[in-house]
Amino acid sequence: MTDYSEILKQERNADWRVELRNSLANKERVALERVKMTEAEPLERIKSQTCEVNRGLTADEARREASRCMDCVTPTCIEGCPVSINIPKFVKYIEGGKFLEAAATLKEFSALPAVCGRVCPQEKQCEAKCFYTQKMKKDAVAIGYLERFAADFERNSGKIQVPKVEKRNRVKVAAIGSGPSSLSFAGDMIKFGYDVTVFEALHEIGGVLKYGIPEFRLPNAIVDFELENLRQMGVNFEKNFVVGRTASFEDLKELGYQAFFIGSGAGLPNFMNIPGENLNGVMSSNEYLTRVNLMYANQSDSDTPVLRGKCVAVVGGGNTAMDAVRTSKRLGAERSIIIYRRSREEMPARLEEIKHAEEEGIEFMNLANPIEYLANKEGRVSKVRLQRMKLGEPDASGRRKPVVIEGDIVEIDVDLAIVAIGVSPNPLIPACLKGLKMSKYGTIEVNEQTMQSSIPEIFAGGDIVRGGATVILAMGDGRKAAGSMHDFLKKKYNL
Amino acid sequence: MNKIVEKQRLSELVFKFIIEAPLIAKSRKPGNFVILRVGEKGERIPLTIVDSDIEKGTITLIVQNVGASSGKFCNLETGDSITDMVGPLGKATHIFKAGTLLAMGGGVGIAPLYPIVKAFKQAGNRVITVLAARNKDLLILENEMREYSDEVIVMTDDGSYGQKGLITEGAEMVIKREKVNECIAIGPAIMMKFAAQLTKKYEIPTQVSLNTIMVDGTGMCGACRVTVNGETKFTCVDGPEFNAHQIDFDEMLQRLRAYKNEEDLARKK
Repeated sequence: MTDYSEILKQERNADWRVELRNSLANKERVALERVKMTEAEPLERIKSQTCEVNRGLTADEARREASRCMDCVTPTCIEGCPVSINIPKFVKYIEGGKFLEAAATLKEFSALPAVCGRVCPQEKQCEAKCFYTQKMKKDAVAIGYLERFAADFERNSGKIQVPKVEKRNRVKVAAIGSGPSSLSFAGDMIKFGYDVTVFEALHEIGGVLKYGIPEFRLPNAIVDFELENLRQMGVNFEKNFVVGRTASFEDLKELGYQAFFIGSGAGLPNFMNIPGENLNGVMSSNEYLTRVNLMYANQSDSDTPVLRGKCVAVVGGGNTAMDAVRTSKRLGAERSIIIYRRSREEMPARLEEIKHAEEEGIEFMNLANPIEYLANKEGRVSKVRLQRMKLGEPDASGRRKPVVIEGDIVEIDVDLAIVAIGVSPNPLIPACLKGLKMSKYGTIEVNEQTMQSSIPEIFAGGDIVRGGATVILAMGDGRKAAGSMHDFLKKKYNL
Repeated sequence: MNKIVEKQRLSELVFKFIIEAPLIAKSRKPGNFVILRVGEKGERIPLTIVDSDIEKGTITLIVQNVGASSGKFCNLETGDSITDMVGPLGKATHIFKAGTLLAMGGGVGIAPLYPIVKAFKQAGNRVITVLAARNKDLLILENEMREYSDEVIVMTDDGSYGQKGLITEGAEMVIKREKVNECIAIGPAIMMKFAAQLTKKYEIPTQVSLNTIMVDGTGMCGACRVTVNGETKFTCVDGPEFNAHQIDFDEMLQRLRAYKNEEDLARKK
């Protein structure tokens, strides 16, 4: 196989790329300001759970933004991408107005470009490695916005391009779970020529993309569109199927499955184990978001109920906490409050999500930590008691550690409290596999280079390995696992 | 989609369904449950698998029409299909040679009790079953239970059948009469609470199967959390069966009412 950097170099020297580079002086490129994403008005968008906040770029905006990219000799942006998308190539296609080619380039690397263009933390990945950020201390090329633009353009054009797949080799493999890691794995394995089936326990395919991320950030229709693309490539989907329970791994092996990728996620919500946490009106963000995103409990024709609060507290400072608190606002809360034990600087949520939340009138009670929930006569939560904190020395993560301010305790009135302090690996699937090596945290132990577990035919990736990470890191794992499973099966079956 | 091959009315509000589900029929064990959904905007409903027929590839479910969602299910007929069904979920019942098992089933809780009684009997235990219902017409599965019990005692609230009285009265009569090694109680939460109090008094190990609120049933949402021995457990993955003497039943009773207002509204729709 030719080295990826060699391929990049060759492609960069293609006539059209050279021509495009020479069409505008670098001085003019760097003089351009980074494009601003058009956003729905805060007061309008909070009226609807499905009104997407970011509206996307126009074709003119996209071409102009793409022309900021200097098509570097050494494109460091790619190093920042967990699935190694050939970023300059797709960006330059956009600059040249060849939007469908840009979309096709993305699809060579990513099974979910329209998803990644929306939910990837580009500011910490490709854009953090952009020449503008690294060398010029300027705003990075808006790679994420451009990715979304290309994917959306293709979808809206109706000219859907199904990526080429190798000749079928008739070797059956399974992906367990249908979240980002499994979908990315499935997308690559189908391209390699395998017979791929994705098994999902829930009644919808998509995992966290469906039950977790709200529609105002990632519309379900967009996830479904990307899934349709995988179907067109030949991926089979089996929903309502818990591998290990509905049928055992042995049963599936008898049906001809030769290798498995476990991407079952970190389904188990963490709680703080403080008094009153099991009161009615205190729930996990998983429960709250699942009721709304997967079960449509906010819609009048849904049979699933959801508690609506007038005053909602969401505990945590990550993207899930932002998703939950912003959902509560859309479900009619008068006050929606983030309670976070550190300060805004340490919040793990994307800056964009924090900014959007602030615009929508979300209140932030930082440096506060719940210590007890109190109930009303009916047994529903009515107050949360908070311990005030201050910042101390940096901890292992490098963030300043929250320290208790003795005696500084406040109570606030709430009628709904949502706990969004992280998740643990879901034990359901690993528990069915004897001999699978697990860490003390309940994650599956894998060889980091190959994503292979202690059982040779079983690979794993995403949150079941990482404990809790992002969509794109999970997708990177899926790609890596596909590559090494391909090597493993090639050797085993002389493919 | 899973097809309903047979529907039977067991009492005014309780229906028995035999449903095509060949994989679940093959893999399920006593104590396991399924989650099903009726209609594209349907709620996910957990139901214990009552029985299965591996050859026919079917499972048996029994459901009581108590709300909007169970009502939709009960309105399905033979030949109709269930939109979604997944399982088997939850830990299977620990079946072992205990000696004498006292099984208590109240109301529609008799349905999930049936596979456990059957399994304990088949494992060579002496099984005494106490069934309770408000009245004669609401009693279900009596004949099926008799097939796998050495003795069946029926209690009704109004005395219209069997003996008049509570399930705990029937159970205590047995406990006083002979050595009981193990108990299992399934029924309304309040019944299980009092059954647990009774057997605790006599220090007889007791299991109960909990019917908490659930959404996904795979450990993801935590709606089903329950306090067992001072620790929070998830009924769907840690249960549904727990040591009855360690459960905080008052908290569980409270949590079952979490969506009461919303459910009342749905019923009026």
